[in-house]
Amino acid sequence: MKPPPFVYHDPHSIDDAVSLLAEKENAKLLAGGQSLMPMLNMRFVLPDDVIDINKIEDLSYIRDDGDALVFGGITRQRDIEFSDLVEQKIPLMKEAILNVGHRQTRNRGTFGGSLSHLDPSAELPTVSIAQDAIVSVRKKGATRDIPMAEFPMGYMTPSFDLDEMVTDIRVPIWPTGHGYAFVEFARRHGDYAITSSAVLLDVADGGEISKASVTLGGVGPSPLRVATVEEGLAGEVGSKELFTEIAEKCRDIDAMEDVYTPAWYRQHLAVVLTRRALAKAFSRAANGTGMNLR
Amino acid sequence: MGAKMFGARVPRLEDPRLLTGYGSYTDDFHLLDMLEAAFVRSPHSHAKINGIDVTAAVAHKGVVAVYTASDLPEDLRYTTVPFQVPNPAISQPFQQRLLEDREVCFSGEPIALIVADTRYNAEDAAMLVEVDYEILPGASDCKSSLDDAAPLCHADAPNNEGAKYTVGYGDLDAAFANAHLTHREEYWIHRGGGFAIENRAVVAKYEELDDVLTIWSATQSPFLVKQNIVDMLGWESDKVRVIAPDVGGGFGPKTVYYVEEALIPVIAKDLGRPVKWVEDRRENFLATNMERDQYWDMEIAVDVDGKLLGVRGSMIHDTGAYMPWGIISPYISATTFPGPYILPAYQLETRVALTNKVAVTPVRGAGRPQAVFAMERLMDRVADKLNLDRAEIRRRNLIPTEDMPYALGLIFRDGKPMTYDSGDYPKCQAEAMRLGDYDGFKIRQKAARAKGHHIGIGIANYVEGTGLGPFEGATVRIQPSGRICIYTGGGDSGQGHWTTLAQVCADKFGVGIEHIDVQKGDTGKIASGVGTFASRIAVNAGSSVHLASTEVREKAIKVAAHMLEAAEEDMDIENGRVGVKGSDLSVPLSEIARAVQGMPGFSLPGGVEPGLEATHYFSPSQSSYCNGTAVVEVEVDPETGQVEILKYSMAHDSGTLINPFVVDGQVQGAVAQGVGNSLLEWMVYDDNANPVSATFAEYLLPSAPEAPNVDVVHVESPTPINPLGVKGAGEGGTIPAAAAIIAAIEDALSPWDVEISCAPVTPSMIAEKVWAKACD
Amino acid sequence: MSDRRNISVTINGETFEREVETRLHLADFIRHECLLTGTHVGCEHGVCGACTILLNGQTARSCLMLAVQADGQEIKTVEGIAPNKEELHPLQQAFQDNHGLQCGFCTPGMLTTLLEFLEDNPDPTEREVREAISGNLCRCTGYQGIVAAALDAAKRLQAGS
Repeated sequence: MKPPPFVYHDPHSIDDAVSLLAEKENAKLLAGGQSLMPMLNMRFVLPDDVIDINKIEDLSYIRDDGDALVFGGITRQRDIEFSDLVEQKIPLMKEAILNVGHRQTRNRGTFGGSLSHLDPSAELPTVSIAQDAIVSVRKKGATRDIPMAEFPMGYMTPSFDLDEMVTDIRVPIWPTGHGYAFVEFARRHGDYAITSSAVLLDVADGGEISKASVTLGGVGPSPLRVATVEEGLAGEVGSKELFTEIAEKCRDIDAMEDVYTPAWYRQHLAVVLTRRALAKAFSRAANGTGMNLR
Repeated sequence: MGAKMFGARVPRLEDPRLLTGYGSYTDDFHLLDMLEAAFVRSPHSHAKINGIDVTAAVAHKGVVAVYTASDLPEDLRYTTVPFQVPNPAISQPFQQRLLEDREVCFSGEPIALIVADTRYNAEDAAMLVEVDYEILPGASDCKSSLDDAAPLCHADAPNNEGAKYTVGYGDLDAAFANAHLTHREEYWIHRGGGFAIENRAVVAKYEELDDVLTIWSATQSPFLVKQNIVDMLGWESDKVRVIAPDVGGGFGPKTVYYVEEALIPVIAKDLGRPVKWVEDRRENFLATNMERDQYWDMEIAVDVDGKLLGVRGSMIHDTGAYMPWGIISPYISATTFPGPYILPAYQLETRVALTNKVAVTPVRGAGRPQAVFAMERLMDRVADKLNLDRAEIRRRNLIPTEDMPYALGLIFRDGKPMTYDSGDYPKCQAEAMRLGDYDGFKIRQKAARAKGHHIGIGIANYVEGTGLGPFEGATVRIQPSGRICIYTGGGDSGQGHWTTLAQVCADKFGVGIEHIDVQKGDTGKIASGVGTFASRIAVNAGSSVHLASTEVREKAIKVAAHMLEAAEEDMDIENGRVGVKGSDLSVPLSEIARAVQGMPGFSLPGGVEPGLEATHYFSPSQSSYCNGTAVVEVEVDPETGQVEILKYSMAHDSGTLINPFVVDGQVQGAVAQGVGNSLLEWMVYDDNANPVSATFAEYLLPSAPEAPNVDVVHVESPTPINPLGVKGAGEGGTIPAAAAIIAAIEDALSPWDVEISCAPVTPSMIAEKVWAKACD
Repeated sequence: MSDRRNISVTINGETFEREVETRLHLADFIRHECLLTGTHVGCEHGVCGACTILLNGQTARSCLMLAVQADGQEIKTVEGIAPNKEELHPLQQAFQDNHGLQCGFCTPGMLTTLLEFLEDNPDPTEREVREAISGNLCRCTGYQGIVAAALDAAKRLQAGS
C-alpha cells in the first residue's frame, strides 16, 4: 500500500494552483489528505500529478461577514473545532465537527476537502446544506458561486469541474437564539455516520416555529434537505406530538442500501434521529421549551 | 532475602524499551543491500489461470527479480506447504502452493513475487504483471457450500466437504425419551480475525561465507517456521536460524507457517541479498488466516428441575480454501461444548466445509467462543421456558468441586481423555455474580425502565483447555557477570514473558527480576521449541524455568559449599550470594559462574560439570483446564439498536498467578476481542466469496469508547499437572463474551421478546427485531 | 519516472536532509530514511493511529502525509518524548505503572496522541480520554490500562507543573 508514482506540485497561490489544474489532464488536489492519501496508498486513484494546496496561505481563515461566516477552502477542521466565532454563530457546526473523525484527522482535514470528497454522511457537507452555504469555486480566469443545494451532483460527486477548486465557503448565520441540533448514529466514535440529522429552528414567542431546516446525512447519495418535514413544521407550535408525527415523514425517503446497512435501517434512523434532533433543537431555542424525545 | 517475586503485582521489564521507541519489530531491520518484496495476489476468489506475463514487470525501474511458480529454484523439497496436523477425519486436506499458477482458490492467493530496490517500485511492478484469469464461481457461505449444487471450492474436488467426524458419549435416546423439556435451535457465529496491529513481516538474509540463512519473522512459532524451511531446503538444521523479534500482537494467526515465510528466505538465498517483505493491511485482510464461522444446530433435553440430560446436534465449520491447521479449531469447538456442566449424554457431528476464502486457523479462543455461545444460549432458552433464573439453571448443573478431577468422556485434541484437572466452578460463578451485583439487577432494571432505559444482564460460563504440550523448554544460565539469563523458544507478542519468567526464576536466587534477562523466540539460543499459542507459555516454559532454576540453584550451592568448605545443607542463597547460614561467609553467583568455567589443568570445584546452567523441557501430562464466568450488563437503545456495555465482570480461574497485573491485562484484552466478536467485527464476503470489508474502516475493531472496563476477580485453583500450579490465561476473556453480551441484549429487550441466535449482532439487526415485534 | 526533491525535516531536534521520491509517505520517511523506527505503520489508510506523530506540536497520521509536505517542519516522534536516556516522561512512566501496553506496537501513537490531548485537557474525565484515543486502535489491552495510564499521567503532570 504505497502511493503510485506522480509528479508533485506545491503552488503558493490560488492562481498557480488553478493554472496547474487547467494544464494537467489527470491531476488530484491534495488538501488535508485525509481522504486522498488513503486512496493513493491503496492505489484507488492513479493521478499523474498531485497538486498540494497546503502552501497557499490565503486559503485558510475564518472571517466574520456579519450575516455569514466565510471559511477558506483549506481551513482545518481543527480550526473550526476551536473557533469561538463558529461556536457563537454556527453552533450546529460546532456540534457536528466533534463527530468528524478524530483529533489527528481534524488537525489535517479541511473544510474544502470534506466538501470536495462529499461523502454522503460527512458532517461538514451536511451542515453546509442545512445552513444554505454558498461555495466559491475558481478555475483559471473565472470564479463562480455554487449554492449548496446545487453542489452535489451524485454520490460523492460535487458539481464543480475538474479544473475548478473550492476557494471559500460562505455559511449564512441564523438569528441569535435559534435552536440547533446535530444528532448522528455511527457504529463507533469518530466513524462516518450511518445516518445523521441536522436541525435548525427559528422559534418565535409562544413556541411557534417560524423557519425550519432539516437535513439528513447518509440516507441519500448526498446529504439532503427534507422539505416535507420543514413545511410541516412551519407555523406550528413545537411539541412532542408534532415532532414525533412529523419525523415519521423521513420513512418515505428513498434510502441507499449496501452490504452493511439496509435501506430500511437508514430510513428508520432518519425518523428516530430527526425526532430527537427536533426535540433537542427546540429545547435549545431561546423561545422553545425543554423536551427529550430519546 | 528481598521481596518475593513469584505472584507479585510488578510492572513489566519490557516496557521502557517499547515506550521509548526502541523496540525492534521485523520491519525495523535495515540490512545492507536489502531488497523489498511485493506480491501479485489473485483479485478473484476462484479462477483458473491460463497464463502469466511478467515481461513489463521485469523491465520496470528498480526491479531485481520476478518469480512465478515456474521460476522457483528446482531443488526445493516441496512447493506445496506441508500438512502440519493430519487427522483421519480429514478427507480433503488441501494445502496451499508457494505460488499458484493453475487455480487460485481465494482472493489474495499469491501468484507472483516481485523483488525490487524499494517496496514502492515493487508495487508498481506488481501492477504490471498480466494474469489471464478464467473466473470460476466461488463457494462463499459454509453452510450452502455443502449443498450438492454449490460451486466447488477446488474445481477438481468431488465436493466441498473437507472433513467429517462425530464426538460424543452417553445414551442420548434415553436422555431425550426421559426429557421434561427439549429445545432445538440453530446458531451462527460469524468470521473474525486476529488483526494484530503489526501485520506479518519476514526478513531473510543468506550469508554465503558460513552458509547460514537467518530469518526474522513476526511469528508466534519460530521453531515451526525453522523446521518447515529446513525441510523445504533439505538442509542441516543448524544452518537455518529463525528469530521472532518483538512481535506486535499475535492472537493466533501468526502461529501458522505461511507461504510468504517460505518464499522470502528462498528468494534471499537465490539472489544472495537480504530480502524484506512486510504485509500491508490489505494483504492482512486477504491472506492472513481467520476463524470463527460456524453453524450449530443443537437440541437440548432437560428434566423438570432444569438438569441437563443430553444435547445432540450437528455443526458446520468453515475452513476456507485450505486446511493448514487441519481440524484443530472445529475439534476444540466440539470438545469445549459441555463446559463446566454435568452433561450425561452428548453427541455432535461436525462437517468441515471448504470455501473460497483465506484459510481458517485458530484465533484467540480457538473454536471455543462458538461452542460456548451454542451451549450458553441453549441454557438461557431452557431457563426461560422453565421460568428459572438464567444463573440458577447454570448453578444446578455445575460440576461440584469435590468431583475434581472430572473425566468428561471425550478425547481432547492432544489425543488424551479429557479430564478437568481442577477448578471451583460454583465459586467462580458466585464470584462473578457478586462482582456484577447480579442479585441486585432486577431492581436496577426496574428503575431504569421506569426512566425509559433498557438495561439487561447476561451470564456465561466456560472451561478452556490450556497449557498444551508437548513442551516448551528453558535454559537458565548464570553469566560470569552475575546476571541471570533465561533462554526459551516461544516468542513474545505482548504477553510479558521477560517479566513473568523472571518472576518464576528470581526467588530461587533471592534477586529482583531486574537482574534477569530473557532471550526468547530465537532458534539459535535453545535447541528445541514450539511456540507462543494455545495459552501454553506459563504452563510449559514457566515450569521449565522453575525446574532449570532449581537445578542451577542446587549446583550453585554445591559449588559454593566446596569453595567455602562448608556443608551443602548449611547453605542458602540471598541477594545473589550463596552463603553459609548464620555466618558472614558467602560467595556471589558471578564468582561461582566463573569458577565453573574451568581453568586449564585444574578440576572443577566439587567435581561438577562446567557451566552454571541447566536446561529443562517440561512436558505436561495433559492440558490444564482454566475456567471462568462473565456477567455483563448492557443498555440497549431499542430504536437505534445501539448497545452500550455498562458493567463487565469476570471471575477467572487460571490457577496460580505469576503476576496478577499481567493476567488482568490478558483478561481485559481478551474481553475486548470478545466485544468485537459480539458487536462489531464482521468480515463481509459477496456471494462469490470475494471479500468486501478489507479495510479498518469497514471491518470494525473495538476502539476505546466501545471497550468496557472489566472488573476481574481471580479464583485460584492450582493445577496438579505442573509444578507451579499455573494454567493459561490469554484467551479466557474472549471465550464467554459473545454468549454473555448477547444474552444481556436479549434481556434488555425482553419487553419485545426478542431472540438472538447469532454473533455478532449489529445495531440494524437489533433495531429490525424490535421494530418487527413493535409492529406486530 | 521518478519525481524527487531535497527536503529538510527536523525530528526530535535533529535535522534530517534527504533526497526523496515525492510519493514517499511521511511514515516511511521517518522509519526508513531517518531510521527512527519507533513510529509504527499499522494500516496505511488512516484508521489505526499507530503512525501518529506530532507535526509542529499537533498530532497527525504520518501515513496520510507525504514526506515532502514535512519539508521545513518540526516533528516529534516517540523517541523524542523522554527527557533523557535514563528517565521516562511521566506519561511513559504512567503507562508502565498501569500496564498500559502489551505488544507495544500501538504505543507510540497512543503516547503522541495523549501528549497533545493532555496539554489541551490537563484534567480529563475517563470518557474524554476514551474519545481522545478513539482514533488509535489497540488489540492487546482492551484500552483499560491505557485509559488508567492517561488519567494517572494527567495527575502526575499536574502535580509536576
